[in-house]
Amino acid sequence: MRVINMRGVKKIGEWFDHRLQLAAPIREAASHPVPRNTASWFYVFGSAALTVFCLQLVTGILLALIYVPSAGEAWSSLQALNYQVALGWFIRAMHGWGSNFMVAVVLIYMAQVFLFGAHKFPRELTWIIGVFLLLMTLGMAFTGQVLRFDQDAYWGLGIGASIASRVPVIGPFAVKLMLGGPIIAGATLSRFFALHVFVIPGLLIGFVGLHVLMVLKLGINEWPMPGRIVKRATYEAEYHALTKKDGAPFVPYAIWRDIFFAGFIILAVAACAFYFGPFGPTGQPDPTIIQTAPKPDYFFLWLYALLSLLPPAQLSPLLLSQRP
Amino acid sequence: MLTNPVTAPPADASLSRRGFFMKLGILFNGFAAIILALPVARFLLSSITRGRANGYLSWVRLGDVANFPEGETRMATFRNPLVMPTDGKTVDTACWVRRIAGDQFQVFAINCAHLGCPVRWFPQSGLFMCPCHGGAYYRDGARASGPPERGLFEYPYKIENGVLTIEAGQLPTPGDPVASLTSEKPACA
Repeated sequence: MRVINMRGVKKIGEWFDHRLQLAAPIREAASHPVPRNTASWFYVFGSAALTVFCLQLVTGILLALIYVPSAGEAWSSLQALNYQVALGWFIRAMHGWGSNFMVAVVLIYMAQVFLFGAHKFPRELTWIIGVFLLLMTLGMAFTGQVLRFDQDAYWGLGIGASIASRVPVIGPFAVKLMLGGPIIAGATLSRFFALHVFVIPGLLIGFVGLHVLMVLKLGINEWPMPGRIVKRATYEAEYHALTKKDGAPFVPYAIWRDIFFAGFIILAVAACAFYFGPFGPTGQPDPTIIQTAPKPDYFFLWLYALLSLLPPAQLSPLLLSQRP
Repeated sequence: MLTNPVTAPPADASLSRRGFFMKLGILFNGFAAIILALPVARFLLSSITRGRANGYLSWVRLGDVANFPEGETRMATFRNPLVMPTDGKTVDTACWVRRIAGDQFQVFAINCAHLGCPVRWFPQSGLFMCPCHGGAYYRDGARASGPPERGLFEYPYKIENGVLTIEAGQLPTPGDPVASLTSEKPACA
């Protein structure tokens, strides 16, 4: 009976693969040899970032089931999530803590990549795309903070608009484009919702796909050694010789650490979410309530603090190099 | 893999009939893209073009002059002239009204001239102070200290039948200080 079932499953699998033609490339990707010394805990942050990204997609979709992207109702829909919907607070907390973890993991990952020289030939473009992914992650963090449409979000938009307005020539237009009108209002929230839910995630999914494809095609960089210099003329041949001589299939030799760390990071996000709870919302986004001291989430706190020391003339260059 | 039963075209054809039609097709799609891009761009930029064509500014009433005692600075609120159905409370705006004497007023935007945070009036010290980056202004709106490089934004005002009215409707920002269009900019300190 069991044998027949297994044979049936295999047949169904074959039926699908004859049409999808995906088994061979997947097998090839899974079994491609990686340098043995890359099977290390230092190499788990890329997959961890991907894991948190998937977590954000899932929790984001769950939040969108209740959240209302309207300046008149967003704040009360967050209250409903916190207090009326079963475990709504937990999903909000997962998404909020997930965003914190996302920024942290991506920064740690970048530091690891840089320190291990993984940005060098022939992986420069992978690094550059990674930088774009960091900017998009920060873009998600900022737009997400706006969707938590509370006092901090409202005045944070005012700060963003003021910085944008200082861009030479196009500043005033950029402000109206950003706000979707003359003031921070319903259209502003709607366009940040579109950015946070459609535009940036769409770009992120595309760029993450490209990034992962390039990692697979170019191979995971080997452990750096002092004195071993990356030469364009010889590097690729040396790398292939290394993976042949001292390589191991990615699955399962290297991936088991990624799998464990992915589980660990999900549990860590869940633990923070459970213990610390969701972020806000703080007071209602009512501009006539001015007894407030707005401040951004931690990933932009350094910039916010810096702004008090920075001469205003320096804001435009800062805006061009950093998307707050 | 399925093999294509149609034989491949000769490789030496520099401009075959099919190649010509392909290029023509691409050109045709480019034309379609431009036709479509125009309304899309018009839609996307509507918040800019509307501001230029009609202007967002209009005169709004702040209340009876009698509500503002002479020599004092008080907060007033008004509803933004342009209201969309999803705006909620965001169209209610606050401002600071300083009645110097008689019909002489100064109406300041609530937004700090540094980065737009809500400034608060402290009558004890006679200063407006910003909670964000420590910007401070004197009672006449001139910059006192901190990162702002100018004084508070001012709304143009007039008094009609004993009612204080200001010209408002747009968030004043350092790069676009609409509120002070008709009033003089305080000199940089």
